[in-house]
Amino acid sequence: MQLKTNLSNWQLTAWVIGICLSTPLAFLIFESLQGESEVFSHLWNTVLWDYISNTVWLIAGVLVLSALIALPLGWLTAYCHFPGKRVFEWALMLPLAMPTYIIAYVYTDLLDYAGPVQIKLREWFNWTSPDDYWFFDIRTLPGAIVMIALVLYPYLYLIFKTALREQSFKLVQASQLMGLSPFQSFLKVSLPLSRGAIVAALALISMETMADFATVHYFAVSTLTTAVYDTWLGYYSLTAAAKISGIMLLFLFVALTLEKMSRKSKVVHERQSSVNDTCLYELNGKSGWIATLFCSLILVVAFFVPVGILFSYAIDYFDQAWNDEFFTYAWQSLKISFYVSFIAILFSILVVFYQRIGEQKSKSLPGKVSSMGYALPGTVLAIAVLLPLTLFDDYLNRWFSGTGFEPGLLLSGTIFAMVFAYVVRFYAIAHGAVEASFVRISPSIDMASASLGKNKFQTLSRVHIPLLKRGILTAGLLVFIECMKELPAALLLRPFNFETLATHVFQFVSDEQLELASISALFIVLVGLIPLYLVNRSMEQQK
Amino acid sequence: MYSLSIESLQYSYDGQAVIDDLDLHVKENEIVCLLGSSGCGKTTTLKAIAGLLKPQSGTIHIGSKCVNGTDTFIPPQNRNVGMMFQDYALFPHLTVFQNVAFGLSKLSRADKQKRVDEMLELVHLSEFGNRYPHELSGGQQQRVAIARALAYKPNLLLLDEPFSNIDAQVRFQLISDIRSIIKDQKVSAIFVSHSKDEAFAFSDRLAIMHQGKIAQLGCPTELFQTPKNKVVAEFLGQGIYLDAKPSGNDSFQTKFGLVNSLTKQPLPSEHGKIFVRPSNIELFNADSGEIKVNQERFVGTEYLYAVELQGQQLEIAKPADNPLDLSKPISLKIKPHAVNFFS
Repeated sequence: MQLKTNLSNWQLTAWVIGICLSTPLAFLIFESLQGESEVFSHLWNTVLWDYISNTVWLIAGVLVLSALIALPLGWLTAYCHFPGKRVFEWALMLPLAMPTYIIAYVYTDLLDYAGPVQIKLREWFNWTSPDDYWFFDIRTLPGAIVMIALVLYPYLYLIFKTALREQSFKLVQASQLMGLSPFQSFLKVSLPLSRGAIVAALALISMETMADFATVHYFAVSTLTTAVYDTWLGYYSLTAAAKISGIMLLFLFVALTLEKMSRKSKVVHERQSSVNDTCLYELNGKSGWIATLFCSLILVVAFFVPVGILFSYAIDYFDQAWNDEFFTYAWQSLKISFYVSFIAILFSILVVFYQRIGEQKSKSLPGKVSSMGYALPGTVLAIAVLLPLTLFDDYLNRWFSGTGFEPGLLLSGTIFAMVFAYVVRFYAIAHGAVEASFVRISPSIDMASASLGKNKFQTLSRVHIPLLKRGILTAGLLVFIECMKELPAALLLRPFNFETLATHVFQFVSDEQLELASISALFIVLVGLIPLYLVNRSMEQQK
Repeated sequence: MYSLSIESLQYSYDGQAVIDDLDLHVKENEIVCLLGSSGCGKTTTLKAIAGLLKPQSGTIHIGSKCVNGTDTFIPPQNRNVGMMFQDYALFPHLTVFQNVAFGLSKLSRADKQKRVDEMLELVHLSEFGNRYPHELSGGQQQRVAIARALAYKPNLLLLDEPFSNIDAQVRFQLISDIRSIIKDQKVSAIFVSHSKDEAFAFSDRLAIMHQGKIAQLGCPTELFQTPKNKVVAEFLGQGIYLDAKPSGNDSFQTKFGLVNSLTKQPLPSEHGKIFVRPSNIELFNADSGEIKVNQERFVGTEYLYAVELQGQQLEIAKPADNPLDLSKPISLKIKPHAVNFFS
């Protein structure tokens, strides 16, 4: 009897969390299907198709370019030996830490008409006006494709490299012995065997590309993300924004389905190899240096140039950038991130624990429902969160009307909205990490604890949580960092006069004055490096 | 004319010699086994032959073609050797037919079809062309692997522990099947193994490898009966060393009596040790005896008795219908055999 009541409390908790976290998405779907909106019909009849086609081209371009960068890099670092390989193997992940709005800004600054590159060219060739020569304009759709691909290619690189390393080297050796050149082996063996992993990575990249707001906004390339943003901030039409978000949900659905399917088809191969097999191909002399050059080029362009320029800004403008604003916004960012991490971790422990002890068939459902927010782009998420919150505030104010008490925008106009949105978005990270460390605890531990007279809560607090400490800390850290970087949701949800580091930096990017926020920008990049370090360390441990 | 000649091959890894001045000659249509414990350099030698790694020095000829020399290194794809891997390395994304056809890209469509059909028939898998490797049993996968390795008519076939993943019950049937396929295709083969039973069953000659060198090369009986050194003697069978003094030119005096040798050899006069395998030792009940049996074990057809002789442990068998009576004194004698004496 004791057990029964216990269990139903856990079940109730898990389901309440699940319902809370999935409410925004439910509202969004409902609103995008039901609501009537003049703004939306107007957009539909005029520019929306351009936005859709821009979005499609953006995604297609980023996918192709990422593949061109990441597949050779993955193959080189997984199979070949060349000068600097050990360093490149992890360094090539660094661009992931670079927010797109920073890299986009830096390259615009560098390559614009007034930038140092064009000035030097004009000096050398004695050109005097823009009519004398042609130079590509970076603030275009192709420019945005290059910027986003430079930051997102590491997903494909990492997943493809891991897939290659998991395949038995002997398959490639066998194909070699049957007369295939290394390139033919790549095409006929490695590539088809990694198809599932590649599709999964590309689905991930397309989701991230669609979610990107800063680059396209800054480059004035209109896509669905910017449309959601403009519709809300320009027309204040939540319904229209929800309807555009609905179109994005369709895209997301396709990407997620592809990802799911590719996971299913994945064939797992145990790698059996001896010490000598640390590399398949020894790239000596010229070919080795070409490989080194290619890796360095990508790394320099995608990471070291932007970071270097940020550093030079930070040094030149130190007095202006090192100011009270930096500390205020850093503190606000840290605070929000801390709240969100704490709540996400708490929720995920409760939900995962119910998953562990529950006996219902539906026991994994709350976790799945809660994790759905992760796929939502920041702008879409913001709209989704605003829908229920404004409705609630509306009711609340009507309820109190006439009493003289005005609660105002209690939920939608305070940091509650931001914290809620962040928890919805990043819960999945916490859930995944906590779940992964929970499964490592043998079920017999639970039984031992029960046999020693401890109830479920005591087991959780005295046995599981101490065992999970490391996993919980890592999960919390990952959520924390994502919160620090999150931009579009913050832009739409922040209370009046409230800035985070990211919105602060973006503000200065939009005003073409990143120099003045360079320390904040560097700080964001630095924080973004932490998860890369963690990922790299866990991969090293697996070797 | 040899189908493979290796001379003074040298390969080091991390400053450690893995192959140390190795010579090996394989005749046409001959199966040679490289036998040794793990770390002896046998798989490395195989990889050097295939071109999967580059030795520091030495020459390798496949047929008359030099594939590895002072200024020569032919990459694996141009060596035309076939290789069968321990885990078979079948391509999981290709069917059985496509796997076997993989190395036949130079043939026309019709010729390819013909050759693959021929090979599948040879390994009795004609019905399985459209299956994927994971739909086959271990033994079937292995036959696909041999068909794939032989389909493009390699000059030399290399086999890397191909039988270690096969169940013991069917292993020897498979070994004899594959041996006859290789013999039928008239190709020379190098076979790497750590199991002497597989090596005896599969190869014409075997080379015992130890610390990157070939300790002895010869046919199985030769190696078993006249091992050149302790490494070979110990590797081919469990046994013990007994202090012995030559007496006459065909017998040795030991603590357990005079041991007659069936082979006559020029005998050194000093003290030394003879290497005795359990099969040459007989335990029996006698009126007096010093032998102490530590443990008795029944294994169906015979009893095994664990004894300690001159500080060395070994198990000696007695037929099940003629066991020892452990309550009575036990003695032993060493049967006449081809004695190996090491000074």
